[in-house]
Amino acid sequence: MEEKTTTQTSASTQSLPLLRTEELMLNMGPQHPSTHGVLKVVLTLEGEKIVKSDPVLGFLHRGVEKLAETITYQQFIPHTDRLDYVCAMYNNFAYVRAVEKLLGISVPDRAEYLRTIVAEVQRIIGHLFWLGTQALDIGAITVFFYTFREREVLLDIFDELCGARLTTSWYRIGGVERDFTPKITHDLYQFLETFPEKIAEYNMLLENNRIWLARTKDIAVISAEDAVSFGLSGPPLRGSGVDYDLRKVAPYGAYDKVQWRVPLGKKGDTYDRYWIRMEELGESSKIIKQCLDQLPEGPYLADVPQVVTPPKERVFTDMESMIYQFKLFAQGFNAPPGDIYCGTEAHKGELGFYIVSDGSGRPYRLKIRAPSFIHMGAFDWMAKGYMISDVITIFGTYDVVMGECDR
Amino acid sequence: MKLVPGMTLAEDHAIAQRIRLRIPEGYLASTVFRGDLSVHLRREYLLQVCQYLHDDPDLDFDYIVHISSVDYPKDPERFEMVYEFHSIRKKQWVRLKARLPEDDCTIDSVASIWRGANYMEREVYDMMGIRFNHHPDLRRILLPDDYDEGFPLRKNFPVTGRGWRDRFEFLDK
Repeated sequence: MEEKTTTQTSASTQSLPLLRTEELMLNMGPQHPSTHGVLKVVLTLEGEKIVKSDPVLGFLHRGVEKLAETITYQQFIPHTDRLDYVCAMYNNFAYVRAVEKLLGISVPDRAEYLRTIVAEVQRIIGHLFWLGTQALDIGAITVFFYTFREREVLLDIFDELCGARLTTSWYRIGGVERDFTPKITHDLYQFLETFPEKIAEYNMLLENNRIWLARTKDIAVISAEDAVSFGLSGPPLRGSGVDYDLRKVAPYGAYDKVQWRVPLGKKGDTYDRYWIRMEELGESSKIIKQCLDQLPEGPYLADVPQVVTPPKERVFTDMESMIYQFKLFAQGFNAPPGDIYCGTEAHKGELGFYIVSDGSGRPYRLKIRAPSFIHMGAFDWMAKGYMISDVITIFGTYDVVMGECDR
Repeated sequence: MKLVPGMTLAEDHAIAQRIRLRIPEGYLASTVFRGDLSVHLRREYLLQVCQYLHDDPDLDFDYIVHISSVDYPKDPERFEMVYEFHSIRKKQWVRLKARLPEDDCTIDSVASIWRGANYMEREVYDMMGIRFNHHPDLRRILLPDDYDEGFPLRKNFPVTGRGWRDRFEFLDK
């Protein structure tokens, strides 16, 4: 960290002429272990108090939106993995849902259930990752090891499912890449059986931890009106008591076929946002359990040969499937002209894709509504007046991932 | 605005009708595609329409979803601004669109109505070069402050980028 002092004297210190105080400008990051990637914040400090903070974004900008205009709709799926690289499944989900809305196709029931289960597993992974790193940032290292223990179990399930742990690309336009094996179902059931005890363990470490409470309660409070005005979504919005969850407002997948509730905070402080994520761990496991119980039989890919690649065994045996396979991978499919926006409730907030199509095989314009980026817009407002040590907590409470923020 | 298959005119949509009756001089047309309502406006009236959408208790669009921009280099009015709003209490969505010509690509900022618009408009400025009148802090956001190669999401910007890559010299073996 490099320091630079400004010479202007603060107005509030004029009553103390003997004491020389001045505002301090501090560059925090971009290489800082707690900024979750590469984020720089220019802080203006008065003593230890934050007067103004200006996030400097873009260190991880890779021009994904520009890149999308040059590749086919199918080819963009792996690029979505790299947006929010700790929760690739949900990015895939949000993207394929947007393309399906543009194409006007629906997916089979089984695929909807499989998608919902995997999305909720990803939500649990995301929240576990958040809890571990947030506690680590605040100073409680133990929690990190506990949450990563369960995260490993779930990542092994992803490994079994699609051969990758982080950059999964398992969702396909019109369904999913492959079905669950019996081992995955078994492992998920086994995980769900033991998970409540694990949640109790995290709670035991944090719930009555005086340091945790002192560092999270009444920190970075944001009122409901402000949260809505800033466009916050996900736990930061629901922490302020605003009942806005796209899974309820505009249900997709199998969310309207299972019983669950949306936890809401009261005060809008860091503790409420933590509490919501802990509650969502339980709600997510409830959703997964019910989906696994109800899982219908049937195909896991839609029957739309113009868009969906035929199964591999048919490609090798019949001519027509092979032609379709070749055509889809060589030039993609043409989407009808028009524009759509489709938002999906990822664990960080509303992840949306706005796609403009001109009728060709490539998006004419693809805009990603990244929750991390929009949450950073409220950073200055939320950090104002708190201590410099709280800056880390406030980053953490949004659950920012810079890959998604900078795109 | 051009009608495409699957897109229908929606002059009688409740939200579109309200905008048309309230601000007739700013209203151009409205369409529905895949269930999404888009209202086309004249850019001079955008701020007025936004204020109305935000303040009217029956519309109550309190949540800003995204602001983006599309470049159509062949059209006389080259850029299209796209705004998406949601009402948390009424559970409804609306998309506003306004066209801007290339020689004067400015539009009023809506950051005074939704504070979240501040960062979204900065991103549009950064990527597409559209200037927002009365924006509190219009600077580049994702690209460096001193970046002067242009605006990358414009269609005439090469995908490989501009700058040092152009000056690569290929050496013969």
